Amino acid sequence: MKFSENWLRTWVNPNLSSDELAHTLTMAGLEVEALDAVAPAFNNVVVAEVLEVVKHPNADRLNVCQVNVGEAQPLTIVCGAANVAVGAKVPCARIGAVLPGDFAIKQAKVRNVESSGMLCSAKELGLAEESQGLWLLPTDAPVGRTLREYLELDDKIFTLKLTPNRSDCSGMVGIAREIAALTGSALKPLDIQVQPVILSEQLPVNVIDAQACPLYCGRLVRGVNASAPTPAWMLRRLERSGLRGISAAVDVTNYVMLEMGQPLHAFDLAQLSGGITVRRARNDEAMTLLNGQEVKLDDEMLVIADGARTLALAGIMGGQGSGVETTTRDVFLESAFFHPDAIVGKARRFGLATDSSFRFERGVDFAATRQALERATQLLLEICGGKAGAISEARGQMPERKAITLRRSRVARVLCIELDNTLIATLLQRLQFDYTTEAVLDFTTEDNYYRVIPPSFRFDLSIEADLIEELARLHGYDNIPAQAPQAALTMLPYSELQRPLSRIQQMLVSRDYREIVSYAFVDEQAERELCGNVNPVALQNPIASNLAVMRSSLIGGLVGALRFNLNRNQARVRLFEVGACFAKVGDKYVQNQRLSGIACGAALPEQWGTAANPVDFYDMKADVESLFAPQTLRFVAAAHPALHPGRSAQIDCGGQAIGWIGELHPRWQQQYDMAQATIWFEVELDALIRAVVPRMSEITKFLPVQRDLAVLVDDVVAVQTLLDVMRQATVPYVQEIALFDVYRGKGVEQGKKSLAFRVLLQDTEKMLMDSEIETSVALLINVMQQQGAQLRT
Amino acid sequence: MEELQNILDHALQRFAAIGDEAELEQVKAKYLGKEGSLTALLKGLGKLSAEERPAAGARINQVKQSIEAALQQRREVLQQNKLAQKLAAEALDVTLPGRGLGTGGLHPVTRTLERIEQLFHSLGFATASGPEIESDFYNFTALNIPENHPARAMHDTFYIDPQHVLRTHTSPVQIRYMEAHQPPLKIISPGRVYRFDSDATHSPMFHQVEGLWVDEEISFANLKGVVQDFLQHFFERGDLRVRFRPSFFPFTEPSAEMDMSWNGGWLEIGGCGMVHPNVLKHVNIDSEKYLGFAFGLGVERLAMLRYGVNDLRLFYESDLRFLKQFN
Repeated sequence: MKFSENWLRTWVNPNLSSDELAHTLTMAGLEVEALDAVAPAFNNVVVAEVLEVVKHPNADRLNVCQVNVGEAQPLTIVCGAANVAVGAKVPCARIGAVLPGDFAIKQAKVRNVESSGMLCSAKELGLAEESQGLWLLPTDAPVGRTLREYLELDDKIFTLKLTPNRSDCSGMVGIAREIAALTGSALKPLDIQVQPVILSEQLPVNVIDAQACPLYCGRLVRGVNASAPTPAWMLRRLERSGLRGISAAVDVTNYVMLEMGQPLHAFDLAQLSGGITVRRARNDEAMTLLNGQEVKLDDEMLVIADGARTLALAGIMGGQGSGVETTTRDVFLESAFFHPDAIVGKARRFGLATDSSFRFERGVDFAATRQALERATQLLLEICGGKAGAISEARGQMPERKAITLRRSRVARVLCIELDNTLIATLLQRLQFDYTTEAVLDFTTEDNYYRVIPPSFRFDLSIEADLIEELARLHGYDNIPAQAPQAALTMLPYSELQRPLSRIQQMLVSRDYREIVSYAFVDEQAERELCGNVNPVALQNPIASNLAVMRSSLIGGLVGALRFNLNRNQARVRLFEVGACFAKVGDKYVQNQRLSGIACGAALPEQWGTAANPVDFYDMKADVESLFAPQTLRFVAAAHPALHPGRSAQIDCGGQAIGWIGELHPRWQQQYDMAQATIWFEVELDALIRAVVPRMSEITKFLPVQRDLAVLVDDVVAVQTLLDVMRQATVPYVQEIALFDVYRGKGVEQGKKSLAFRVLLQDTEKMLMDSEIETSVALLINVMQQQGAQLRT
Repeated sequence: MEELQNILDHALQRFAAIGDEAELEQVKAKYLGKEGSLTALLKGLGKLSAEERPAAGARINQVKQSIEAALQQRREVLQQNKLAQKLAAEALDVTLPGRGLGTGGLHPVTRTLERIEQLFHSLGFATASGPEIESDFYNFTALNIPENHPARAMHDTFYIDPQHVLRTHTSPVQIRYMEAHQPPLKIISPGRVYRFDSDATHSPMFHQVEGLWVDEEISFANLKGVVQDFLQHFFERGDLRVRFRPSFFPFTEPSAEMDMSWNGGWLEIGGCGMVHPNVLKHVNIDSEKYLGFAFGLGVERLAMLRYGVNDLRLFYESDLRFLKQFN
């Protein structure tokens, strides 16, 4: 909502500066988003009439003009504008004037001719971005008057950011009422005169859906001059509210809407056939709106129709071919109250948001419907002439304003300040709320109840809390103290069965990974290619075509971030992200939190004395294992669309598949212009944060015995296979088995590898005897031999 | 006698000149070895008379002890010299850089969230979370935003299907939590939220922290107190002021917009209010008995102010040159 401050001050004129007024509104919940001067600062610019134009003796493009500025003697002014002409009314900056940009006007000689001022363009006065020559003012502009007075340029435009509950402030009357309530200044009501009824004619009005349209008023005005110019003062107010002038009749309806918050519509009577009907649209109905848009209707839409056709979408927009034109002679003016429930959401169906729908869907003062029609008639007759008929009115069940009980004690409890009865009464009166009050003895405490009836212009007051907000607002939120709450002290649960996410993030940071945050919506193609997801959770209204589906994995964001940085000459990039991944399973959306990391470039930062090895699968595997410790993981070779088929594994934890690790498929590496291998992992956060409370076991005093076993196996045999069989054999005294060397090459035949395991044996009760050790080792060797392993000696 | 003194002088001189342990032992033999000069003198004692012998023997022994002492002293000097040489040879350039992994870093939003959580935990707020694909019911209806309400237009919602949206705020977590827990309750719910909006000051995805406190005596003054306390601690500025302006949110009444004093002006940092009785009714909490407040803070906004970040988009570009500044 935009409006002119000067206009507002004709309604209510508190002793506050523009800034103070803006602050008062903002602090009352009517946020002033912008406060702009209508014109930049300049002075000494008057309306002038050009009396004579003579070519400059010394310059082809200049003229020497005699200019009447309302004084006895005309001024001589040299002017270079092409459109200067005798009789033109133009702004003239007089000697001593200062124009925008600190441009001072002085007595000057222009090519030997004295010039006593400057004729101005709109641009020179800071009122237009571009100008073609002088600003030609209306022919009736009063010579000698300062331009600022004449055009009312000492005005400011307030832009309000209206919250949806305050539709009452979508008209000047409401804003003025609000300021009167806030400041205690007197409110000058609009002088609305009931217009004399000259025509006996009335258009019949039939409201079929009286619930949706509880009140419909209309009247005929015949013999108007629709091409009459809209008065300058009206146009100025419209423009300063952000509306363009269209034609006098339309401007009048817009003006009354701005004034009273009541949208109106003016029909061309010649285009109507028969009376007016307000009804639900039929399911097969269609119409063309004023803006040319064709819409298909259904029985949820309320329409205005005549005997022949649908004329308008009620409360939203008129139809084509029935509105007033400059040729219109007879007008049917409509002022109606459409119930918010009947209008809400309807305009949006057609992608529309009109001044009318904005107001009706939030609520329009139903006590002012008829007044607004009188007001519009009054203005129409003044500007366009004509004769008005009697008002046709169809009235159904008007909205009821139920009394709300407001308890003084509750106000004190919610706000933590005591407002006494006098203050509450004053505030309610300033808000123009009707109420009765009674003292109540509640057990031993005295209380006061107020039965408050909200006014017809407020649609946001239905419960006590609403009234408490009103009191708080008017009393001032600033006057409510900031107070620390008092409550019983209780501790928060802190389970040791889960590790805090922050600790896991910190572990990754210690392992040289940097956290990123990427969008949860990704490119559909990337989702298909990297995740093999052909059925992603899609957005109905994506913000961009490459952000159209919800990610099922964090890989897309990480690869994108990696590429972004590689393209900026970062040679070594290690990133991680924690976030939700999405899938649809049946009719449920699954959205698990995952943690994922990616690394490319050297395993270690470039440094002296260390070989620069590129990061590989095993580097990252160690990272993942350390994150999960003390939980142990199993890595099972498996294929993933994003990964190198020979270098990827599914990660199992506690018998469940909880993630993936692997090297990016060379295909993607090439497609993404990555010079080096990229390793990626992703795990379910649930599995990662799982923890157990440790239980100590006795430390034995007997030292462990160490035995190393080296075996030869076929290259294809996975280490895990041998570890599994050894561990599953539950050989006595064996505490730990770990692989410590892999060897291929000299001494090992082609297609084989040598694996060396270190075995720790220990008993908690006694020193082991050699024979016991040898028996255990033999058992281990035996199970490995069953897998085709040969012992190396 | 003179001979003894000569031997001693000679030995001390020789020892002092020797720089090598092995040579020292060789020279030692010249005096104390089988063929050594002092040994020869000791052997010659037998030729002396019984009266002379003890005195002469004592003198020789005295010289022998002196020689041995000098020898030992010289040995120690030589060992120390040798150690000193070894240590000198082993000296490092301690200014060479250390080796190994570097250190990564947390995202500034995470860093900010951790800070927010810590501060609220200190007041006993628990952390709660909820889904990002949220049902229309939890995101809107249960929060007193019925279908078609103009307030929905304030939200610029991403739709998944007619019944599901990407949550536009973390407020649905309030509802889920209140459904599952009885008052008194005190939670914050941090997380990602989504709005159909993208420019230098709006991101289609950003983070919010929602706060909720429901108890028998919780007032608007408490809301002001907690928010002010938080902001003063978050920015570590006791002089920071907070301003509450009336506003509108369907799920709070009274509602307020929170502004914070910053560089001589006011900055909007979130919305808040007393939990709307309809919201409490949805979750079967008696609004006569219980009152509550709720607030929502923009995490990126706080991070930008705290760390001087001037463009929202930097948070999601993953530029290492940006991220490295938040270690």
